[in-house]
Amino acid sequence: MIGISALLRRDLRLALRDGIGPWTVLGFFVIAVAVFPLGIGPEPQLLARIAPGIIWAMALLSALLSFDSVFEADYRDGSLDLLLSGRTPPELLVLTKALAHWLTTGVPLVCLAPVLAVLLHLPAEAMVTLVMSLLLGTPILSLLGIVGAAISLGARHGTVLLAIMVLPLAAPVLIFGSGAVEMTMTGLASDASLLILGGVSLGAVVVCPIAAAAALRQAVE
Amino acid sequence: MVVIGQTLKRVAQPSHFMQISGRWLPWISALAVGLLAVGVYFSLFASPADYQQGESVRIMYVHVPSAWMGLFVYALVAALGGIGLIGGHPLAFAAARAAAPIGAVFTALCLITGALWGKPMWGAWWVWDARLTSMLLLLFLYFGVIVLNDAFDTVRRGEKAAAVLALVGCINLPIIKFSVDWWNTLHQPSSVMKLGGPSIDGSMLVPLLLMALAFKLGFFALWLMRTRTLVLAAKTRAAQGRMDVSSVPILEDAQ
Repeated sequence: MIGISALLRRDLRLALRDGIGPWTVLGFFVIAVAVFPLGIGPEPQLLARIAPGIIWAMALLSALLSFDSVFEADYRDGSLDLLLSGRTPPELLVLTKALAHWLTTGVPLVCLAPVLAVLLHLPAEAMVTLVMSLLLGTPILSLLGIVGAAISLGARHGTVLLAIMVLPLAAPVLIFGSGAVEMTMTGLASDASLLILGGVSLGAVVVCPIAAAAALRQAVE
Repeated sequence: MVVIGQTLKRVAQPSHFMQISGRWLPWISALAVGLLAVGVYFSLFASPADYQQGESVRIMYVHVPSAWMGLFVYALVAALGGIGLIGGHPLAFAAARAAAPIGAVFTALCLITGALWGKPMWGAWWVWDARLTSMLLLLFLYFGVIVLNDAFDTVRRGEKAAAVLALVGCINLPIIKFSVDWWNTLHQPSSVMKLGGPSIDGSMLVPLLLMALAFKLGFFALWLMRTRTLVLAAKTRAAQGRMDVSSVPILEDAQ
C-alpha cells in the first residue's frame, strides 16, 4: 500500500510540476470545441442540439492526446523496470497509474465541460447529466488509454497506433455518454445510460489493469 | 481430451506443421474451390428470388457467410493470441498474424455487400444502427491488430502486443452477435442460428450453408498458406544470417 500511495503521489507531482502536460490537454479540449461553432455557424438551437456529442467526442480526443506519455518517460529512464520488479503486482501499479491519469486529465476535463457547454447553449437542465456522464465515463477512457499505452509502448508511430486501438474500444462510452445527455434534453430519464456507464466503469477497473499489466510485461521483457 | 491435446502439441511443432499442412493444403483448397462453385451455382441459379427482396436476396449468400467468418476469425485470432501468451508457442502467434488480414477482408466484404444490399432495400448505403456500427468497430480492431504486429523492432514483441489487443477486443464479439436482440435496430434479427430452428426456407438455407462451408474451407486454405509462408520467411531470414537464430523462435521445436 505504501508503494502504491508513493507511486500515486509521484505521478501527481510529476504531472503538476511538468506544468505543460495537463494544461495542453485542457487547451486542446477548449480549442477543439470552439472550432465547431466557427465551422457550422453560431445558431443557438443547432449548437444546443449537437452540444452533448461535440463535448463528449472532444473529451475523448483530448484524453487520447495524453496517453502516450503515461509510460514513456518511465520506460525510457528505466524506472518502469524497477517498478515491475518490485513487490507490488503490476495490475495494481497500472491501476494506480490510471487513477493518477484520471485525476490529472479526467477530472479537469469534467470541470471544464460545463463552461464549454454554456458556450454551446446546452440547456441548464442537461448540465447535471453532462457532468454525471463525464464523471462516470472518463475513468473508462483513462483505463482503456492505459491499456493502449501499455500495448503500444516502444512502437513506431505509437500515437497513431494508440488512437486506432483506443477509439473503437471507447466508442460505447461515447454512445452512452452523449446519449444520456440527449435523453435529458428530450425530457427522458437518463438513468439507464448512466447506470450502464457506471457498470462499464466498474468492469473496466477489473479488466483493463489485467490487460495493461500483461502488455507491460511484454514491453520490458 | 488428453489425446487431442497431445496430437495438437505434436502438430504444433513447426517441422510437423509444415509436413502435415503441406499434405492437406491441396485437398482443402480443391474442396473449397469445388464447394464455392456449387455454392455460387445454387445462390445464383438454383434458388428462388425472395418475395420481398427480389433478386437482391442473393447478396445474402455472400454477406452472411462473410459476417460469420469475420466474427469467427476474430475469435480465432484472439484464441491463438491467448494460447501464444500463455503457452509461449511461436506458431500460435504466426497463425494469428496470418489469420488477421483474412478476417479483416471478410469483415470488409460483409460491410460492402451489406451496403450494396442496403441501398435498394433500406434506401441507404449505410445507417448507424447497432449491428452495422459494431461490425465497423470490428474492422477497426482488425486494423489495430494488423498494424500492431509490424509496429515493433522485434517480431515477438509485435505479436504479443497484437495478441493482447485481440483479447481485449473480444468484448466486441458478443455485442455484435446480440446487438440485433438488445437494440431495436434496422438490421433484421438472426434467422438461422436461433432457438426453435432456422426460420429461413430450405431452398434458401441450402445455398447459404454451402457458401458458408465454402468460405470456411477457403479461409482454412488461405490461412494455412499464409502461416506456411511466415514460417518459410523466418527460415529464409535465418538462413541468410540477417538474424541470429534466437530471434527466430518459430524455428525452434518446443520440447
